[in-house]
Amino acid sequence: MSSPSYYQGLAKTMMFTIILVSFAPLFLITLIVGYQYSVAYKEKVVAHMRELVLKHDQNVDSYLDEKVAEILVLADMGGVASFHDEANLEVLHNSLVRRHGSDFVDLGLVNSQGVQVAYSGPFKLRDANYADADWFKAVKKHQVYVSDVFLGLRGFPHFIIAVLLEAGGQEWVLRTTLDFIAFNKLVENIHVGETGMAFIINRKGDFQTTPRRDMTAEVPFLKCLIKGQNGHLDLVRGRTTMVTEINPSTGQETIFMTSPIKNGNWIMVYQQETSDAFSDLNQARNLAAVILLLGGIGITLMAFFMSRRMARKVEVSDLEKDMMNEQVIEAGKLASVGELAAGIAHEINNPVAIMVEEAGWIQDLLDEGLDKFDNKHEIQRALTQIRSQGTRCKDITHKLLSFARKIDPTIKRVALNGLVQEMVLLCEQRAKFANVHIKTNLSDSIQDVAASPSELQQVFLNLINNAIDAMDPGGGELNITTRMDNGVVLVSIADTGCGIPKANLSRIFDPFFTTKPVGKGTGLGLSIIYGIVNKMGGGITVKSVLDEGTDFILQLPSAGGVEVVQSKDSIPRLLTTNMRI
Amino acid sequence: MPATILLIDDEQGFVDTMSKRLIKRGLTVNIACGGEEGIAILESSQTIDVVVLDVKMPGLNGIDVLKAIKATYPLVEVIMLTGHATVESAIEGMKFGAFDYMLKPCVIEELLEKIDEAYDKKQTHETKIIEARARHIELRRGD
Repeated sequence: MSSPSYYQGLAKTMMFTIILVSFAPLFLITLIVGYQYSVAYKEKVVAHMRELVLKHDQNVDSYLDEKVAEILVLADMGGVASFHDEANLEVLHNSLVRRHGSDFVDLGLVNSQGVQVAYSGPFKLRDANYADADWFKAVKKHQVYVSDVFLGLRGFPHFIIAVLLEAGGQEWVLRTTLDFIAFNKLVENIHVGETGMAFIINRKGDFQTTPRRDMTAEVPFLKCLIKGQNGHLDLVRGRTTMVTEINPSTGQETIFMTSPIKNGNWIMVYQQETSDAFSDLNQARNLAAVILLLGGIGITLMAFFMSRRMARKVEVSDLEKDMMNEQVIEAGKLASVGELAAGIAHEINNPVAIMVEEAGWIQDLLDEGLDKFDNKHEIQRALTQIRSQGTRCKDITHKLLSFARKIDPTIKRVALNGLVQEMVLLCEQRAKFANVHIKTNLSDSIQDVAASPSELQQVFLNLINNAIDAMDPGGGELNITTRMDNGVVLVSIADTGCGIPKANLSRIFDPFFTTKPVGKGTGLGLSIIYGIVNKMGGGITVKSVLDEGTDFILQLPSAGGVEVVQSKDSIPRLLTTNMRI
Repeated sequence: MPATILLIDDEQGFVDTMSKRLIKRGLTVNIACGGEEGIAILESSQTIDVVVLDVKMPGLNGIDVLKAIKATYPLVEVIMLTGHATVESAIEGMKFGAFDYMLKPCVIEELLEKIDEAYDKKQTHETKIIEARARHIELRRGD
């Protein structure tokens, strides 16, 4: 039980228990709260992005609508004739520039052949031919047309608003160029975190605004993205759509938030790298991981050292307990010897008295004279008697010595019957005077038990002494039985004494519990027995009926495979026996 | 007239030798090897003056025998013999009317002395009883 591996196991169990108990809640809380937090935070971030995109979306749409409306107002009010007059057109253009800032770069009237007949603006574009321009074809179909951004004749990125007018059976087109830089500012200001930015592209993947950084490498990917969206047009109509993809140009996971504007001709794209968008979350996650790691290390270290210290303390206290137990057994042994003393003293005193009387008798005879009667023969008889009584004394002291040797806790293979008989012999005299008849019924078939012989002697001596005490006035019968039961050696020590009251039955094995008067019993006998039997891996049960007797039953494990430790003093003892024979 | 005594002890060897020595000193000695036997001899002989009784015996022990003797023969004096360990029971014996106690093994002269004293005491008692009876008879005559 007290092997080093036992304490190592104890320390290990303690360590794992501490780690598990302290780590599990920490881990669970971190996991659950972390998960909840990340979900909530992501939702918030995405919602914020969506809001941002929607707002700018509307800004762009309303900007375009506003410009279109202004041109339409102009067209309604002016009429083709007034636009044809270039001076008048310049007045209108100047007015627009004055009231709307530099939004309207120029203003021009184009006839049905695509030739610009009147023009006001910074470029010399009068008589420019737009017959092949996309917007010129488109405006004839749509009446009002806002073009994509293109370089055009001026070789400068711009886009135009064109309105179809009818006058005198002829078709005219009023067109104006919008300031690309002013338009660009609408989305350029969207700048979140490190990588968050917005731009507008058309369906063909041409940039309608200038992105903050060079994105030419990403164009194929973006085209692909938009095409993918075309498949889910209704999704696009549902305003913002979020896609998280690996951006091939940067290799980073990136969130793309797309939203259609200008009736779905253009698409506002907001993109931000995931790690950047959730950087706060990632920071919090890293912090939690670090705390978890440090906490884990702390807990593990603490558990390791604490469990080791505890195990060592348990080991020390076990050692102390073992030492204490040995001392108690030793003390108990002396106490049992003391109890025996009354019987032993009488036992020795009797032969001594006989010897003294015989010596006195010899003296008497010598005083009378050796020649008288058969005095010589009588002296001879007296001497024989003295010798035999001396031998009796020697036997008694030997019996006592065999018991009173120091307790030796070494486990040996013990033949139980012999040991029981020895103890019965030792107690016989005491039993005789207490009118107790000891009956032994020892089975020949019992196996040896593995035990310390001196401790087992102690067990039987205490039990027999107790039994004799229990039958004190009046005497009775003490039955000692040994037998095998399921591989266990059973020893029953049954008396016909006063029995143990039920109230005391649970306490008889407690140390210092005694019903004897002060100074008569130590209250240690049964607790010592309990300790010894327990240590052997055996058990002890009590059956007691008041006024009828008590039966102590010992279950002792048989030695089985236990190695036979040759008792060192058994050989010389055998030799002396042989010599006597 | 020397005393008639009864020696009760469970040790045959002790009883035998002791009785031989006492007989040599002029006493009439009866022996018994146990309490029951002793009481039986006491009943059958009726002439016992002093009983020398071992306290610790198997079966009926010394104290029980003493009680039985004192109950039936209050005049018979009892000297208790005891080992050291049973001094308490000897003292208890004194309470139940034993004349005295001696530790075993004892010196024969001391034992003889005790027996004499006990015998004297018994005779004194008997004389007193006889005198009392005589007075009683005288008184009745005087009626």
